[in-house]
Amino acid sequence: MVNTTLIPFGPQHPVLPEPIQLRLVLEDEKVVEALPAIGYIHRGLEKVAEKKDFIQTTYLAERICGICSFIHSLCYCQGIETIMGIEVPDRAKYLRVIWSEVHRIHSHLLFLGLLADAFGFENLFMQSWRCREYVLDIMEKTAGARVMLGTCQIGGVKRDIPDDLLKETLKTLDLLEKEFTEFIPGFLNDYSIKKRLIGVGVVSKEQAHVLGAVGPVARASGVEMDFRTTGYAAYKDLGFKMVVEKTGDSYGRMKVRLLEMYESMRLVREAIKKLPAGPLSVEVKGNPNGEYASRVEQPRGEVVYFLKANGTKNLDRFRVRTPTFANLAPLLQMLPGCQLSDVPVIVISIDPCISCTER
Amino acid sequence: MVNLLKLIFMNLFRQPATRLYPFVKREPFKGGRFSLDMDPALCIYCGICQRRCPANAIVVSREPKSWTMDPYKCIVCGYCAEVCPKKCIYMRNTSVEVK
Repeated sequence: MVNTTLIPFGPQHPVLPEPIQLRLVLEDEKVVEALPAIGYIHRGLEKVAEKKDFIQTTYLAERICGICSFIHSLCYCQGIETIMGIEVPDRAKYLRVIWSEVHRIHSHLLFLGLLADAFGFENLFMQSWRCREYVLDIMEKTAGARVMLGTCQIGGVKRDIPDDLLKETLKTLDLLEKEFTEFIPGFLNDYSIKKRLIGVGVVSKEQAHVLGAVGPVARASGVEMDFRTTGYAAYKDLGFKMVVEKTGDSYGRMKVRLLEMYESMRLVREAIKKLPAGPLSVEVKGNPNGEYASRVEQPRGEVVYFLKANGTKNLDRFRVRTPTFANLAPLLQMLPGCQLSDVPVIVISIDPCISCTER
Repeated sequence: MVNLLKLIFMNLFRQPATRLYPFVKREPFKGGRFSLDMDPALCIYCGICQRRCPANAIVVSREPKSWTMDPYKCIVCGYCAEVCPKKCIYMRNTSVEVK
């Protein structure tokens, strides 16, 4: 006889860095249905943005997420710049790419640590987060803060990175790559990790496409979709190569992120090599008037900002669609059929960022 | 097994990854944004910082002359230091010591 049980997974759970509840309907140990419940950390940022002027909103947008903060402000600034018809100087575009990719490396290292923690490999968790400190040091030296860089502004960037710091950044990246490459075989070849990840939480290419998966979740299923290929900021000059896997399981999602880190390091090196001289920003005059949907690629996938301005200093509408929101539907597709003990690993494998999702 | 032995020997001779805090402290980086401070001798109490602050953390009054910042509201973005006409607001690269 099959026992049907309803288990609330979260909002407080050891593997969850942020609160989300998944109501799991189980038949014995097997999950047959998962229902999500969000709303535990809703902050009403979209409404606050309507009360602030459009320059102050840059700081607000940066604080939507505590991990990919710079890329949020970049997306917002690019949207306002398009509405106002501002052409950003080349040096600012390159610096934006450098900080975006450094952010991506730190986000993926954080993910690897959390994933290792989810399947109980504490040593790899510590190694990942130890390497993450190198990246945070780069950010602190170049921008003045560990995560909330505050360097992106409408019309360009606020800070320059001097040559000696660029050289230091390259040295730190070499050290990071060396140490990172040392523990990568732990993630890719370990017997118990393979047992926990391969074939767990599979989403096929068709399902990923239909359900609107974005970022590494889509790319791990073979959907070739990365907004960096469109060449925003300075990506068009840096020869970006997309990382795609075909397996669609948790192992594939981890592998995509591991390989993306090498690509990010290459992009930072390339951007530093090609960094042009010139001004950092242009002056912003007047208020924005019009609407635009701005899109950029975050570590978790594509983020969409819908901005509607009315010619005054306040925006009419500030709407954010974050990647984790798009990846929740594929997550609900992954869970039915898996074992209860695999649920934490599958949830972490999409790299959920709930505070982004709820804004 | 060979890999594991290699790792064990490497770990015997490696430095620890952590510092012996609080005996060994890391020097703060130049240009860090850790805390906000104001030099009252230079301030003209114009109130630009109050109007621009995204978090409404600063309250300025011309008569009587006062400048107060709520450290629990401040998001340490540095926008006030940037717009200050007298450059009397500045960011320190160390946190304020609690006495």
